[in-house]
Amino acid sequence: MKAIYALYSDPDAAQRAVNALKTAAGSLGVGERQVVVVTGEPFDGYDFSDEHSQTHIFLLASIGGIVGAILGYWLTRFTQLSYPLNTGGMPIVTSWTNGIIIYEMTMLGAILWTLITLLFTARLPHFGKSLSDPAIWHGKILVGVTDPPDPARPELEKQLRHAGASEVKSTS
Amino acid sequence: MEKTAKQIRGDLLRPLFRSGAGYWLAVGLTGSMVLAGVFAFSYQVYHGLGVWGLNWPVFWAFDITNFVFWIGISHAGTLISAILRLANAGWRRPVTRCAEAITVFALFIGAIIPICHLGRPWLFYWLVPYPSERHIWPNFRSPLLWDFFAILTYLTGSTIFLFLPIIPDAAAARDLAHGWRQRLYGLLSLGWQGNPRQWHRLESAMHIMAIAIIPVAVSVHTIVSWDFAMTPVPMWHSTIFGPYFVCGAIFSGVAALILAMAFLRKFLHLEEYLEPIHFDHLGKLLLTMSLLWFYFTFAERLTTWYGNDVAEMNVFWSSVRQNFAPLFWTMITCNLIIPFPLLAIKRFRTITGTVIASSTIVAGMWIERFLIIVPPLEHKFLPYSWGTYRPTWVEITLMVAGFGMMGLLYLLFSKLVPMISMWELEAGIRKAPVVRRRAATFQPGAATARAGLTEPEPFVTDAPR
Repeated sequence: MKAIYALYSDPDAAQRAVNALKTAAGSLGVGERQVVVVTGEPFDGYDFSDEHSQTHIFLLASIGGIVGAILGYWLTRFTQLSYPLNTGGMPIVTSWTNGIIIYEMTMLGAILWTLITLLFTARLPHFGKSLSDPAIWHGKILVGVTDPPDPARPELEKQLRHAGASEVKSTS
Repeated sequence: MEKTAKQIRGDLLRPLFRSGAGYWLAVGLTGSMVLAGVFAFSYQVYHGLGVWGLNWPVFWAFDITNFVFWIGISHAGTLISAILRLANAGWRRPVTRCAEAITVFALFIGAIIPICHLGRPWLFYWLVPYPSERHIWPNFRSPLLWDFFAILTYLTGSTIFLFLPIIPDAAAARDLAHGWRQRLYGLLSLGWQGNPRQWHRLESAMHIMAIAIIPVAVSVHTIVSWDFAMTPVPMWHSTIFGPYFVCGAIFSGVAALILAMAFLRKFLHLEEYLEPIHFDHLGKLLLTMSLLWFYFTFAERLTTWYGNDVAEMNVFWSSVRQNFAPLFWTMITCNLIIPFPLLAIKRFRTITGTVIASSTIVAGMWIERFLIIVPPLEHKFLPYSWGTYRPTWVEITLMVAGFGMMGLLYLLFSKLVPMISMWELEAGIRKAPVVRRRAATFQPGAATARAGLTEPEPFVTDAPR
């Protein structure tokens, strides 16, 4: 993957770099999506992080729970109706006991749906090439641009340095 | 001095790459216990369940004791981790993964035990509710089938709850390792990149999981208690069993967590991460649970004694005065008399103190499970159906193998994954000043000051007038 990036120790400096790159992006022929931030821990409270915070994962987990409940209801009710045991005159479909199964299936549905939503929205698994640097695991914040046009490289490097980077790296 | 991210990664990833002789000795010891269990189980499969000490009227004994015990131990991890996450308790960060791993492994062991108990264990899949041409459908009215669903849900949820925060740490190990380890952690990390979008999704998912797992955890041990409470056997058919079992489960689980933490601290040299304050906090929780457990035990026994039902009193006296009395009073000693001073007096609530208390509690809670199960079965309603039970070497070996398997799985896990969540620890260190500032604004008058209504006054109660 072609990229130009810098590593920052300070999240404020990283934020300045992101702002500068996004401001300059239009004139340099770089799309905003090409501006990448990679960190070794979550950085809540900074725009470069919080702009991605909106998620429907709670809603989707609830839908998963409802789907689980319906499946639980279907499994218990129709099993009991299809293969009725001799209950000596008592109800074939037993709501109280089936409720326990339905409850567990509801929770299982919500849990599995949460996992599926996470994998889908976080785009995992992803085994292709991606921009990274082992220094992020030592507390650095990577800010860079993927697939930058060659004529724009000097200006991008200037913006990254101006935000406080001591070193700018390139990959090709 | 606070550690840097690089030092934290170095400390916590070191056990993955290097292990001392003590580690391999522990693996050998626990592995031998598991092998002994495999031998005992093979012997049982060959000769049949008759090699156990079970006989009419006691058809549940050691094996079910182990089942209830391990399901109880499993409560430590995920439940405590989830509660601490939702409460945003900062001190949880080094503790959560140790705890979550206990849950998954204890549940795994617990789930194996009913299969060992089957007359023909190779037909265990008949328990799974699937359409069959034999028209064998599991009975949804049976608490044993409720167990299947509850344990399935809890095991699935706990495994996901354990796995999700491992993903970024596996990515760190991937980027810092070489060779086969790099490939292994590459797979385990699912190609995690660490962009803000992924971090937010992960944190949201963890939050939902924490919310969802608490009612599931409570339901699991409630349903395990219903295996007994739904049966008209003296001292089983009780409404108190659900909360009593949940309380006992958390109690034994916290004790197991303290033991696991002490083990990790010593053998993985995590003294700077698992500090006395963690043992102190968990010690206070253990003390609360000890008192709560005693409250439930007393309430259960008092109600039985006051009711004076003949069948129930036979069970009552058998455990308090007669053949099970030594076990009963050992249980009280292990669960209350020894732990209480160790945990209540601050001077004794040290790492050593909490470990001693936890050791006695784990033993005491195993005895408690045994006493719940066996004495009532030995003393059913009519004296003609009374009997006695003695465990055989096969059952004892299987019990020992359960403990060995727990130790072995934990050891192997600590070799594969950092036992403390690195990214959560670093995020906690970075956020600490922010949290301190925010905490300062909770002082009286600070909210009004923030709204710009009045000037805040210093929060000094003994200021001179």
